Amino acid sequence: MRTPRRAAAVLAAVALLAAACGGGDTADDTATDDATTDGTATDDPATDDADATDTDAAGDEATEDHAAAGDAEPLTVYSGRSEELVGEVLAGFEEQTGIPLDVRYGDTAELAATILNEGEASPADVYFGQDAGALGALQAEGRFAALPDDLVELVEPAFSSTTGEWVGVTGRVRVLAYNTETLTEDEVPDSVLELTDPAWSGRVSWAPTNGSFQAFVTAMRVTEGEDVTREWLEGMLANDVQVFENNASQVEAVGRGEVDVALVNHYYLLRFTAEDPDFPVANKYLPGDIGGLVNVAGVGVLDSSDQPVEAEQFVAYLLSDDVQHYFGTETNEREFPAVEGVEATDLPTVEELDPPAIDLSDLEDLQGTLALLQETGALE
Amino acid sequence: MDRDLSGVLADPLGEPSEPPAPTTPARRRWGSVRASRTHPVVWVPALLVALAMLVPAAFLVVQASELSGERIQQLVTAPETLRLTGRTLLLAGSVTGASLLLGVPIAWLTVRSDLPGRRFFAVATALPLVIPTYVGAYALVAALAPGGLVQDWFGFRPPSPYGFWAAFTALTLFTFPYVLLTVQAALRGLDPSLEEASRSLGRGPLVTFLRVTLPQLRPSAAAGGLLVTLYVLSDFGAVSMLRYSTFTRAVYLQYRAAFDRAPAALLGVLLVAMTVVFLVLEARVARDRGGQFGIRGSGRAASRVPLGRWRWPAVAFCSSVVIAGLVLPVSVLVSWLVRGLRGGEAFTAVAGPAGRSLLVAALGALAAVACAVPIAVWAARSRSRLARLVERASFTGYALPGIVVALALVYVGIRTVPALYQTLAMLVFAYVVLFLPQAVGAVRTSLLQVNANVEDAARMLGSSRLTTLRRVTLPLARRGALAGGALVFLTALKELPATLLLAPTGYDTLATRVWSATTEAFFARASLPALALILLGSVPLAVSMIRERRERI
Repeated sequence: MRTPRRAAAVLAAVALLAAACGGGDTADDTATDDATTDGTATDDPATDDADATDTDAAGDEATEDHAAAGDAEPLTVYSGRSEELVGEVLAGFEEQTGIPLDVRYGDTAELAATILNEGEASPADVYFGQDAGALGALQAEGRFAALPDDLVELVEPAFSSTTGEWVGVTGRVRVLAYNTETLTEDEVPDSVLELTDPAWSGRVSWAPTNGSFQAFVTAMRVTEGEDVTREWLEGMLANDVQVFENNASQVEAVGRGEVDVALVNHYYLLRFTAEDPDFPVANKYLPGDIGGLVNVAGVGVLDSSDQPVEAEQFVAYLLSDDVQHYFGTETNEREFPAVEGVEATDLPTVEELDPPAIDLSDLEDLQGTLALLQETGALE
Repeated sequence: MDRDLSGVLADPLGEPSEPPAPTTPARRRWGSVRASRTHPVVWVPALLVALAMLVPAAFLVVQASELSGERIQQLVTAPETLRLTGRTLLLAGSVTGASLLLGVPIAWLTVRSDLPGRRFFAVATALPLVIPTYVGAYALVAALAPGGLVQDWFGFRPPSPYGFWAAFTALTLFTFPYVLLTVQAALRGLDPSLEEASRSLGRGPLVTFLRVTLPQLRPSAAAGGLLVTLYVLSDFGAVSMLRYSTFTRAVYLQYRAAFDRAPAALLGVLLVAMTVVFLVLEARVARDRGGQFGIRGSGRAASRVPLGRWRWPAVAFCSSVVIAGLVLPVSVLVSWLVRGLRGGEAFTAVAGPAGRSLLVAALGALAAVACAVPIAVWAARSRSRLARLVERASFTGYALPGIVVALALVYVGIRTVPALYQTLAMLVFAYVVLFLPQAVGAVRTSLLQVNANVEDAARMLGSSRLTTLRRVTLPLARRGALAGGALVFLTALKELPATLLLAPTGYDTLATRVWSATTEAFFARASLPALALILLGSVPLAVSMIRERRERI
């Protein structure tokens, strides 16, 4: 049964929203006029809006801290590291400093792209990404402000930008994850270069779209040269390498025996064993081999930040002993602390890893790596 | 009052009065008789909405224009580009074909036959639509991969869940309901007297279906098929997970990994070009042949066709679709949940994200319907080329990968409406750009089922154009608005890239929760929000379908 009342309600809603849509349109129509002018004064409304939603979200920790800290402006962090990994750590910053955080979680590369698209009007004060390539790309576009020397000096030089525009927070090392029911550690090769051997045909997996994998290929191009890298990629493809979407799905596939060996980062395994202690997979580290590249999660302060002091405070917090200790020891997804002198438990030391000597800023040439991956057909 | 007017008017005109419109040049000219009769209250907002929908595509053109002509030619003719185009068209074409082959018969079975459990199947076969393709594909892999759940539980090794056939199967399963839903709606609106006439003239049920029913379903099947095609063009999640490279995946990888945007933008422009091809194709297929039948007449329910010995095969057919598209993915999620509960996983509450998902998806659906109504009314009631162009323009955002639209709106939004940047308004706008065609298609189809003579009659009886619009046309569009709104709601609920980039900071939804947990391999943690997502999507779908049926009785 159709009632006049309902029809009226639908009409009212339609009218209201048509008006709303119309508003959006006019705004877009004027877009071209404003597009050329610089939106430097636009930071405030964006921050205010974010602020308002914070107050709306019931039970949001940031809100309470906000109130406690009086009028402190929230610091906006774009985090390519997920909330699952760093949420607790970031909450600690609010507690310690009284500075509220607005954290936008997302994909490392997508958030870097977002900052580039936002330009100088970006609401972000800090970028926290988990791939040296994305950090290098923002650096190359001149979007980072230089960090103070005393912060840069805390960090192992191998874990930072050479010009001190961003610093590593933790290191993640590439390993071969293998199925312990079908292989012993000795049977797993000591170098990724051996995986093109026919004995491994169809038994190995990689994730060519994954940022860490691409960083590793970039590193191989830098250390071993373009030809060796191309040959290796072609050899892997000829050896029927199995393609996966990301590290997690690879480790899962190793666990169910779909493949025997996977090229992944070291810390995914720890999550599976946390959910299932009998998970039949182990990591083999590759000291001295290019396959054992250490990639970093790192942080930088944006040149457009209107709170550079608080932003540096945030970087200092991530490099503090407590936080470094937490990343290396207390979480399920243990990583290598970037600050010299802090050790991780149950992980080899950086000396034992003997990672390839690579300037992480050199990992920025993602374009060249993509071109090579596409050319060899590795991206299909 | 509304009911009386449209009801009374519909009846005396309940016979096919207008032969298929001859496509004489005179009728197609700009500002034809009918177009001039369209009230500005319809075409002005329609035009504005269409312009706004073109923002991302225009942005791509601007970005791509940084390239030299030589480089453009090189990129367009690169063997990879051609190969990707071929793969993409193959996938889009075959998924659409299969969706029609699944969707039309199931729609007919669930609306017009005496299929046992008809009501249940009407809803259950549509539900795969609520499963995000990234979750569905992940679940298929977990279930079907060597050593996966199926092998674990049943001891046999199912076919490999990778490559073309996997992507084809997954996308068909999770998108064919677009066809199913539009065709179901059309079937419910058909006038049974034509079929009765055919039967009384001695035609069998099959011939009647093929010669009388099917032609009437052509516009709605084409509209549903178009939604499927364009969805496949824009999908990233399933094809990545199932290892079948398509054009969108290439655009996506370029956008993510390469910070040199111009080549990626060019690929985006090519994607829009492909969309245009499909839009033209659809327009040809759907060209209003249905109009010759299309009058919703007496409001009588059609008699149910007995299936006889085909009853149980039909049940088996529908069941297998439900099992593959719904039971299987949900079982995988539940098994993750159980694993997590056993492992002592600390589940965070999903009530907050669920509420936020609900709010923004509902706002998206309302806004999309509001923007769709003027476009659909104009397109359904005017023969002007501009009207058709506007309707087609509203489709461009739908075929683009979400990340491309999202980044374009980041660029444009922060520079033009900084006060709205990273607010719900901006996100809702993104949803409208991404999903408007779902609403336009539904509203337009519902209007096409009613002959425009109904409005003419209202005018003759002395109503003004505006009153006719308000009291006749809009009420007729209501059924489509409801269906279209439900579709947009479902899709917005699952949407990821735009939500990640454009939502207010800290505004986490069920979809972002699922994403954040799965990228870090916390499958147990992903299972709860994913199940909540499916549940939330199922409710409005089920309610809108049940309501609609009740109305017909």
